[in-house]
Amino acid sequence: MNTDALKELLYKIADDQLILGHRNSEWTGVGPLLEEDIAFSSMAQDKVGQSYQLYQMLHQMGEQEPDTVAFMRNANQFHNSQFVELPVGEYDFSLIRHFLFDHAELIRFSMLSQSSYEPLAQLARKIKGELKYHVMHANSIIKQLGNATEESISRLQKSLEGALPYALGLFEPSPFEEALKEGGIFEGETALQAKWEESIRKIVEQTALQLPDLKTLTPVYGGRSGVHTEHLQPLLDEMAEVFRVDPTAEW
Amino acid sequence: MYGGGNTFEKLQGTDLQNEDPQKLAEFEARIQRGEKIEPADWMPALYRKQLVRMIEQHGHSEIIGALPEGTWITRAPGFKRKLSLMAKVQDEVGHAQLLYAAAETLGKPREQMIDDLINGKSKYSNIFNYPAFTWADACTISWLVDAGAIVNQLANSRGSYGPYCRALERICAEESFHLKYGHHAVIHLATGTPKQREMMQAALNRWWGPLMHFFGPPDKMSVHSETLMRWKVKMASNDDMRQQFLDMYVPKIWELGLTIPDPLLRKNEETGKWDYTEPDWEEFKRVINGDGPLNKERLAVRRTAEERGKWVRDAMKKVAAKEYVTPLA
Repeated sequence: MNTDALKELLYKIADDQLILGHRNSEWTGVGPLLEEDIAFSSMAQDKVGQSYQLYQMLHQMGEQEPDTVAFMRNANQFHNSQFVELPVGEYDFSLIRHFLFDHAELIRFSMLSQSSYEPLAQLARKIKGELKYHVMHANSIIKQLGNATEESISRLQKSLEGALPYALGLFEPSPFEEALKEGGIFEGETALQAKWEESIRKIVEQTALQLPDLKTLTPVYGGRSGVHTEHLQPLLDEMAEVFRVDPTAEW
Repeated sequence: MYGGGNTFEKLQGTDLQNEDPQKLAEFEARIQRGEKIEPADWMPALYRKQLVRMIEQHGHSEIIGALPEGTWITRAPGFKRKLSLMAKVQDEVGHAQLLYAAAETLGKPREQMIDDLINGKSKYSNIFNYPAFTWADACTISWLVDAGAIVNQLANSRGSYGPYCRALERICAEESFHLKYGHHAVIHLATGTPKQREMMQAALNRWWGPLMHFFGPPDKMSVHSETLMRWKVKMASNDDMRQQFLDMYVPKIWELGLTIPDPLLRKNEETGKWDYTEPDWEEFKRVINGDGPLNKERLAVRRTAEERGKWVRDAMKKVAAKEYVTPLA
């Protein structure tokens, strides 16, 4: 088994879950309606919990403790896509990001549930069960708001167009793509992206929204190799504000 | 999270004169027998009015109460605390949802309740007008404010209005987890490094006054309402709830080596009650009337959230109107 390839895969997935979970939690108490406030908080908990389990798996492979990994690294040591670190913005952006991201993650974890690395396959089966509900939630709200008022449709359309180049960054090619495929660990980003396009298209077609031609868009890459927007470091500083008061203390 | 410092409508001499005396007698007899009043049952107009007011204040306290702790979710130290605090604050927002639904059974729509909140017409628990400066403040809220809320809510869950009692039973079950989480977090601070202990003591010093205010003015200052007690709308006196809280939590606070900032606080062996310095009730009045450290900011945050979310609610209403499915009760 190619350990470097596996670690790279686990880090980027875990970092995505942690950072988006953190972002989604920012809606707690200020959501557009109580039901969505609660839904975003619930999904945030799942995502942060999933990242913890993935960091735990990395820890068993010799990496540092989950708390150290999450709270002590700087932005250039994070492998999340730039998509998840963007600020929550207005609810239309958060919703579109949730829709685009969770479709990708559900497929990713479905693929990983067949992984040759058995601990990951087992965890993926559990996470897949949680993500199914995230996708159901996204689809249900997108179908409602994407067919409702002129304002809701135009807001979602604008956010969709703004978000897609970043969403494509989720599938940034990995230097370990072939190694992962050969070892049966993961089918790879290219296969994932193809399935994702089909999956989001099916839902967008049921709304008044227009899916741009994805081939014409330039994906925003860089996140997987530690290149980030100006938004990530402040997020991490905030996250670690108390922890770093005394990293050796028990909180 | 909600305290007993409820504000009730002043009773008017004429309030009960327009009620059918026979129906009123039957209603009071039912409450006397311990029966619950349900939404479709006959009830005096005043009972409905007081309950709406109380339940909506409680709902408001939950969503405003989510703000001081909510700002610490993104800063909670370590996975364990981050995940617990997220779940805890989510519960509080869920409580608001349950409570608004209970109040809606009495005829006031949720939108109207939230409008009354952001226009300042309707109150919420005073304690959330104080700032949570540090992580220790957030932990103090999770432990001691929730502890106080449980004292109040357990009493109210034995009240007479069915939907409110049932909501409170569910809420209290969740709050008991909050209490464990809060206590656990406070134990770690109070027995931790010198910096952590200092942070915890400073937080307790800040919150003790608001905690003493939490149950409302002393009985001798409160407008006592026999009617509200007889109708089981108000279930316990402010002083009784405060005594119960002190009984349960002062020993636990002392056990952690923390100092409660009240030199007079002690259990009086003769009366079996706690002696304490009266908190500043003038401050309580000022804060409840809008002049606390954070009243304006709390309402501004809520108002902005409502404004930013309006397009979502409008769009969803349109969907609901198109394909409305009657909910299963």
